[in-house]
Amino acid sequence: MSLTLCSEALSGCSGCEMSLLNAGGSSLSLLDRFDILHMPILMDHKYFDSSGGTQEIDIPKAGLGLISGGVRNEQQLRIAEKMRRQCDTIVAFGTCAAYGGIPAMMNLFEDEDLFRRYYRTAEGTDAAPNPLQVIPPFLERTFALDEKIAVDFILPGCPPHPDVITSALESILEGKSPQLSLLSVCDSCPAKREGKGSAQRIRRFVKNARYQPDKPISEMRCLLDQGLLCMGPVTLAGCAGMNGGPPRCIEARVPCRGCHGPVRKGGNQILDILNGLVSNGIDTKNLPDRLSLLRFSGAHGRIKRRSAPKAD
Amino acid sequence: MRQTVAESASVSAREITIEPVTRIEGHARIGLRLDESGNVVEARVHIMSMRGFEKFIEGRAAEEVPGIVTRICGICPWQHHLASNKAVDGCFGSEVPPAGRLLRELTQVLAHISDKVLHFFFLAGPDFFVDSHQCAAGNIMKIAAQAPELAKRVIEMRYRGQMMLEKFAGRSIHPDAIVPGGFSKPMSRPEREQLHADALDQLDFARFALDFAKERVFSRFDAGLMQLGEINTGFLGMVNPEDGGLELSDGILRLMRPDGTFHEFLGREYTDFIGEHVEPWSYAKFPYARAWGEGFSMLLDDPRGIYRTNCLARINVADFIRTPLAQAELLEFRSLFGRPAQSTMLYHWARLIELLYACEKVVELLDNPAITDQHVRNDVVPKAGRGVGCVEAPRGTLIHDYSTDENGFITRANLIVGTTHNLAPINMSVNRVARDLIKNGEVTGEALNRIEMAVRAYDP
Repeated sequence: MSLTLCSEALSGCSGCEMSLLNAGGSSLSLLDRFDILHMPILMDHKYFDSSGGTQEIDIPKAGLGLISGGVRNEQQLRIAEKMRRQCDTIVAFGTCAAYGGIPAMMNLFEDEDLFRRYYRTAEGTDAAPNPLQVIPPFLERTFALDEKIAVDFILPGCPPHPDVITSALESILEGKSPQLSLLSVCDSCPAKREGKGSAQRIRRFVKNARYQPDKPISEMRCLLDQGLLCMGPVTLAGCAGMNGGPPRCIEARVPCRGCHGPVRKGGNQILDILNGLVSNGIDTKNLPDRLSLLRFSGAHGRIKRRSAPKAD
Repeated sequence: MRQTVAESASVSAREITIEPVTRIEGHARIGLRLDESGNVVEARVHIMSMRGFEKFIEGRAAEEVPGIVTRICGICPWQHHLASNKAVDGCFGSEVPPAGRLLRELTQVLAHISDKVLHFFFLAGPDFFVDSHQCAAGNIMKIAAQAPELAKRVIEMRYRGQMMLEKFAGRSIHPDAIVPGGFSKPMSRPEREQLHADALDQLDFARFALDFAKERVFSRFDAGLMQLGEINTGFLGMVNPEDGGLELSDGILRLMRPDGTFHEFLGREYTDFIGEHVEPWSYAKFPYARAWGEGFSMLLDDPRGIYRTNCLARINVADFIRTPLAQAELLEFRSLFGRPAQSTMLYHWARLIELLYACEKVVELLDNPAITDQHVRNDVVPKAGRGVGCVEAPRGTLIHDYSTDENGFITRANLIVGTTHNLAPINMSVNRVARDLIKNGEVTGEALNRIEMAVRAYDP
């Protein structure tokens, strides 16, 4: 069974598209089952045809629309809206589309602060006014896709694992809904936990975790128990794909930072982890860099602008 | 009926818009303006988006930043990861143990391989070796249809490279295994053996790729292609401080003028040598050679301060390549094209020479028994400081410049990412091709695709 496909990338980094290609041989056979009508990173369909004008973006009608990246500027909004009109099913592809992702960290700041820094005060830059010609103006902040258009499915991950992508696309090809995990990263982590955690304070990751290099992760003490802030308890599982491997950051002996977004629908990763830490008796008053905990899910109004006036 | 994509450009009165520029990473629009006689008077490449990393990492704990700035790019995250860690090391005054340095270099060079395979075969290559009567109808799916064995091998090799990173370091895309002070985990001997075997296969493929390209692609570089988007520029790349050999990870920066003379400088001196210019029609800035004292201009008949980065630049500025197979290829290349070589299409050739170097270098690093040493990270102590971390990303010289306060939080940051060095040259190349191929109002699909080919050569 074949399906027409349009794919767009908004305010993201192409990592999701690269993950799709990381499925190896399966990438090609999967892509083959779609009739790809629009996918700028791989093929040459354009927005504007020779009948003139640049007002109407041309995106063909398709059964499936994949959109990665959040919505940052007016052109990306138009593209998202056009994709919604033209595609029967819209998938928010990756954490940026689903939750805002890393680019939504900009929601803490005023855009003018960015422009001042980038175009006038950056070291070595010849100061100039903000560019305004041709390029699309910013919206008031970075949005997740579902804040602007109706989304049928989300596929979180930064990026989602290739196996999860192929499985989701195969489900859609068969007319079924993609199934995401309902578990947390902790549920899929083999590290050793001994009842309630014994760490009292969180330390910064300026020293490696404690583990025996030649032993498997199942013999390493849970990183949260070691006093390292790990977002595993509040983050959706799936980063290691479908084959039950350990969470990938844990594989590197590095704590999870939550790139798959919240484990529970509508969850707030900062509030959820703070509650979790407090209920384990961990002092959260001196938590370093609290805002970093929302680095993947700052859209939906979760990261708000500071109200204090900025000195120049 | 789906229209021929090659003819898809908006022609309205005297303006032509090509958008999106396809088979590149990122969002770009090419805008051409024609006069009454139908000749090109203006050609611009507009970068249509921006996210603001250098602003929003302010206030973050510095040791968290290397895991954030990987998201600048899903194709070259390892380079941002390493440059960022080096900048944080500079702020904190950390020393990296030898095994940590080896693992950092290994992962970063390994990451170059996947990008080059992706670019040559998936992104740019379809312009060259897909048989099609329609211009710009080439893409990886068509290659798969016309040359399935080749497509299979290419995808498998790229997959293998990504899996090498993933199996050892947990993640290939958006890594976190490089940390301030070193690396997050040592390499075991079984891991090293497996990676070494994989690396030999990669090297085999790199030799095949270059042979294939020379036979099927470069041999067909006629005068038209060799002059496509031809401009005369300087070049910037990293070299070994002792002998001037090609370097991707740790070295000094060499800024070469079109005549071959050059300046050398340390990463932290970059603002003395590189300035950045703003145009009102692009979000991205335009780096230029401040050190030449001639200012900035992208005019085709009066270029000033213009230099290029990325693989052609790197093999131009390097005196030689330390690994034998790549060095032999470089000597052949130089015998044909001189030094520095200026033709934009030669980026593709240079890219495959660098692919060969990267594969040889990975084998060399894995041959070093010190790479399995267990001491891979020194503890770091957050403090106030400034650090500038430079590496060569596939697209060009990458600079991460941070300052921290006494708690080790970022107070300011400046980034020059690899591709931006090439934005002025890309504009000039597009301008050149447009003027050469669009005359008297005649706009063909082939001309429009050739304009994009000039952009793609830079792997932007």
